Amino acid sequence: MRDAFIRTLTELAPQHPEVMLLSGDLGFAVLDGYIDRFPRQFLNVGIAEQNMSGLAAGMALEGRTVFTYSIGGFPTLRCLEQIRNDICYHGANVKIVCVGGGMSYGPVGFSHHATEDLAILRSLPGMQVFSPCDLWEAAEAARHLVLHRGPAYLRLDKSAAPATVRPGEAFRPGRIRTVREGSDVTLAATGGILGEAILAADILADQGVFCRVLSVHTVKPLDSGTLTAAASETGGIVSIEEHAADGGLGGAIAEVLMEAGVFPRFLVRLALRNTFSSVVGSQQYLRQVYSLDAAAVVRTVFAKLDIAVPALA
Amino acid sequence: MNSQVFATGPTGTREIAQRLRTHALRMTSAGGGAHIGAVFSCADILAVLYGGILHVDPAAPKSPMRDRFVLSKGHAGAGLYAALAERGFFPAGQLLTHYRNGSELSGHVSHKVPGVDVSTGSLGHGLSMASGMAYAAILKSSRHRVFCLLSDGECDEGSTWEAAMFAAHHGLSNLVAIIDYNRIQGIAPVGDVLELEPFADKWAAFGWAVREVDGHDHRALHTAFGSVPFAPGKPSCLIAHTTKGKGVSFMENTVLWHYRIPRGAEFDAALAELEAQP
Repeated sequence: MRDAFIRTLTELAPQHPEVMLLSGDLGFAVLDGYIDRFPRQFLNVGIAEQNMSGLAAGMALEGRTVFTYSIGGFPTLRCLEQIRNDICYHGANVKIVCVGGGMSYGPVGFSHHATEDLAILRSLPGMQVFSPCDLWEAAEAARHLVLHRGPAYLRLDKSAAPATVRPGEAFRPGRIRTVREGSDVTLAATGGILGEAILAADILADQGVFCRVLSVHTVKPLDSGTLTAAASETGGIVSIEEHAADGGLGGAIAEVLMEAGVFPRFLVRLALRNTFSSVVGSQQYLRQVYSLDAAAVVRTVFAKLDIAVPALA
Repeated sequence: MNSQVFATGPTGTREIAQRLRTHALRMTSAGGGAHIGAVFSCADILAVLYGGILHVDPAAPKSPMRDRFVLSKGHAGAGLYAALAERGFFPAGQLLTHYRNGSELSGHVSHKVPGVDVSTGSLGHGLSMASGMAYAAILKSSRHRVFCLLSDGECDEGSTWEAAMFAAHHGLSNLVAIIDYNRIQGIAPVGDVLELEPFADKWAAFGWAVREVDGHDHRALHTAFGSVPFAPGKPSCLIAHTTKGKGVSFMENTVLWHYRIPRGAEFDAALAELEAQP
């Protein structure tokens, strides 16, 4: 996803000289193509995220479209007040880009995981929150952000769900993509972990349970129409995210449905439950440990539908 | 651009400074707002800046060519509002809405007020924003300048020094940081909390061209601001030695008047002192 983002920015930078990319001293080698071609539209501001966010706000107030770029919680939590006061309060045209969304940087350790970012960033007034699920969505979200005016957050995952884009499909910010039709259960995921949802849907289909799979690439604004339809048309909703349960995608879905007065038969939030991702292991391994992988989704669906769990290959 | 709206020069700006103090006294008293000591401390600096140094035009408050001003010590908002009203950005009558329900004049400075470039209030934010503005100005070859007024207390914030390193590294000679060095922060003297000395050396070591000035001497302030950048290719830092609460004897150099609201006999006494001054 990171490469898809950089590619898109590199493609659009010539037509958009107002674009500035600020890096907090990260992106070794991967940013080189962009930097070489657009040295005046790039700045390595050093390992100083508070300053990076304040600078970005200042530049944006002078007409620039500024992307700040760093890993995990560095471009968000480290400088949250600068994002709130300097960027959001001024409606500054700054896009905060996190590489390593969720537990992408698995064995590097919890310090580099971004597992509270969606909850925190979506609480900020005026902030749009994107968490693309596959490479096409990542590129399209980046394209949208170059054109969009105002604060936004882009969470890029190292993993990516398999491509589901249809020929001629246009990316619609704020609109959930239904990547698999079904009415037994809805699986709603954000980030590369959508791949686990699709895998689970395949396994469940083999067992005669047909899932509607939703790719929630925009967490804010959240597409209430697609969610209320899912709540009323399917047998229940399972949300899947590499994020804390508190305030994450599942929480956002619950808010939307409760306010709309449309109650699913069940809503299960597969997410980190009041815990840090402190086990050492790859992203895939950690999904298994924290019951976020396809097998966990399948177990959850069977339990909620009160179906005995078959022995799966 | 009309940058000479009212009488300038040391004499004119001294009168402006006294009017700013009187405005601020009334604003904080009526509205129940605090930080009067911090406003008085920088009233002379604001008067000199808005009395002729800053190229700003009340008729075109968003002009791209204007000089930018960032009040990083946002708690002195009453002083900036008063300076802007005196300069003609909005009627001085609005000043007394400060702190009142429904007013735009929040205690910490707000960009929703005409003439205010950025909102601040949390310390250690302003110099980064000012640096971003200055960098963007250089990118578009604009000749306007960015002035940023900091408190001494906010030099406790690490983010101030992140910005200081950035501005020097990139040679932002269009950036001027002014430190209101009154040596008293929120609840204690600076020297008792975190010693800033050798303060000028610190800024110089970070790559800034530094000058020191008596922050209440209008002639010296004029001279200093008239000679920025202090060195080619460097951001300028003006350390203004000031007295917290300057202008009212019982408010001067006391921690108490950082937060205390002037009311009743204290208000009357303060007003009498200000009005007695030439």
